[in-house]
Amino acid sequence: MKISKNPFELAPAINNSRNLILEQVMPLLYGVILAAAVWILWRGHHAPGGGFIGGLTALAATAAQAIVFGVPSALRRMPLGPMPLAVTGVALALCSGLPATWFGHPYLTHLWFDVPLGFTQLPLSTVLLFDIGVFCAVWGTLSGYIFALLRGSDATSPGEQS
Amino acid sequence: MLILLPLLIPLATALLTALLYRQVMGRRVVSLFGAGCFLVCAILLLIDVERVGRLSVALGSWPLPYGIEFAADRLSAALVLISAVLGVAVLWHQTSAADPAPETPLLHPLIHGLLAAVSAAFLTADLFNLYVWFELMLIAALGLLVHGGEPRQLEAAFKYLALNMVGTLLFLAAVAFIYGATGQLNFTALSAAARRPELAAALPVYVTLLVLAFLLKAGAFPLFAWLPASYHTLPAPVLALFGGLLTKVGVYALLRLLGQVFDAAPDLLFEGLGWLALLTMLTGGLGAVYHWDLRRILAFHIVSQIGYLLLGIALASAAGAAATLFFTLHNILAKANLFLIAGLIWALAGHYDLRRIGGLYLARPGLALLFLVVAFSLVGAPPSSGFWSKFLLVRETFVQEHYVWGGVALAVSLLTLYSMVKIWLEAFWKPHPEGPDSVVSVANLAPAYAAALLLAVLTLAMGFMPEPWVRYVEAASYGFMDSQQAAL
Repeated sequence: MKISKNPFELAPAINNSRNLILEQVMPLLYGVILAAAVWILWRGHHAPGGGFIGGLTALAATAAQAIVFGVPSALRRMPLGPMPLAVTGVALALCSGLPATWFGHPYLTHLWFDVPLGFTQLPLSTVLLFDIGVFCAVWGTLSGYIFALLRGSDATSPGEQS
Repeated sequence: MLILLPLLIPLATALLTALLYRQVMGRRVVSLFGAGCFLVCAILLLIDVERVGRLSVALGSWPLPYGIEFAADRLSAALVLISAVLGVAVLWHQTSAADPAPETPLLHPLIHGLLAAVSAAFLTADLFNLYVWFELMLIAALGLLVHGGEPRQLEAAFKYLALNMVGTLLFLAAVAFIYGATGQLNFTALSAAARRPELAAALPVYVTLLVLAFLLKAGAFPLFAWLPASYHTLPAPVLALFGGLLTKVGVYALLRLLGQVFDAAPDLLFEGLGWLALLTMLTGGLGAVYHWDLRRILAFHIVSQIGYLLLGIALASAAGAAATLFFTLHNILAKANLFLIAGLIWALAGHYDLRRIGGLYLARPGLALLFLVVAFSLVGAPPSSGFWSKFLLVRETFVQEHYVWGGVALAVSLLTLYSMVKIWLEAFWKPHPEGPDSVVSVANLAPAYAAALLLAVLTLAMGFMPEPWVRYVEAASYGFMDSQQAAL
């Protein structure tokens, strides 16, 4: 057996083989998965779900895109890119605790308020901000890992240095 | 809010420097500025703690035994301040040409992440939260170990990870057992629950498990193998940060938990800790004797000094705790400074191996003086900060009639002296083996000198004006020993 320097070479070279059905479905699927991710994030307000699992779902969209069309295409479709997205997410989560200190509560005390929309009330809270932060952090961090793994498995993929 | 700033500011700085991954200069400026803000907040926190006594906040307004509490007393505030001072010195040193770490985009985020985790570990008043900060410290430390990307650094990081994971698992298991037995994680609630008579049989076992975990994290005998196996691969400023701070967090955790939370632990535990402390001192000192690499010698001395700190904890008295705190403050300053000076020696003489360098006394008398001051502080020659540290410690061992402990502590100073004299003779006194002109002049060493000087001035201040420092550490230790008396 050939001894390879690249530890990922034994894995199937995913990016080299085209998968026509996935390529056709992917543009639509990407949006659907992202919408599901946002719904899970929103649902987490009062029911099972939330930022972490929502972020993982959004990662599924990015990962599928990267497997079908390559890493550069997935990078183009996600906001900000892995590291800035993760950093923004953590920053959002940290900032969500700040409004409470303005009102004299301890840091990370979360505030709830209703936005009247005329026909109904839109319940908002700083927890949502925290959850969005977690969502972005999970999405950004794990997509960074996925891209690094895919690049490792396919050294010939174009736009490596991006 | 003030109490959380020493944690939030380094975190925010880490995030900002991570966002500036394209601008090297921008990262440096933000990083230094963040460290400066951290220092200012730490000073303000110390002043506030001096005024009020104990600050505490429960995150998210959750009621207290359940919410996560952050609390600052004199012990925490002093350690946070010293970490901030060290952070500034290290980042200042990093801007010089004295063996700086490569300026990768992740360097500054990792350093500030480490500072955030360390100061949060000093401030938290919740056992599980303490575990979380230890984990974050481990992650940031691993990142700093591998971020140079050299094979020997990867090897060192593997050893570091493997052995520290054992400690982490022990820690987690102990937390689970203690939570199972008492139903509490908050320090105040735990210390009340630990006195329940039905726990008298089981709890000491769990506490011993916890102590083992911290002994590993602190680098005590016989669990210190990870420390000299990994530290010598680090660049000077990062090494100073590691050598100054990381092991001391383990010591702090022991001091806090054995001194305040589980002070009802059986005498046997403290007795055993005392003998382990002696063995730690001895093995660290003897390990250093064997080595010629400057960084390895100093790394073994970290282990040796940890022994002194543990000895103070093993004495289980307020005076012992005061001695440990004074010793910790002295040791963080002196130890980190020696690593910073080692970076300067590397830059000037070209190598860390003592056999291949020399002639620095003639070429750089200022550096020689700087080294001498700090080295004698570490040894404990009067009147230096090390002298007062050892004086406080040994006096307490004699008061408690542990004459062997005190005697060994004094004898090990001779080993420290031997190592420092060895560095002095080899690096400074003997001529350079490659001729007298081999000490090169290097541009841009001023920040490194300034950082080393800053720490040396603080060390001297501790040595020549010990009264305010001693008064502070005694107030600190009697403070938390009193709070436990009040809880009885």
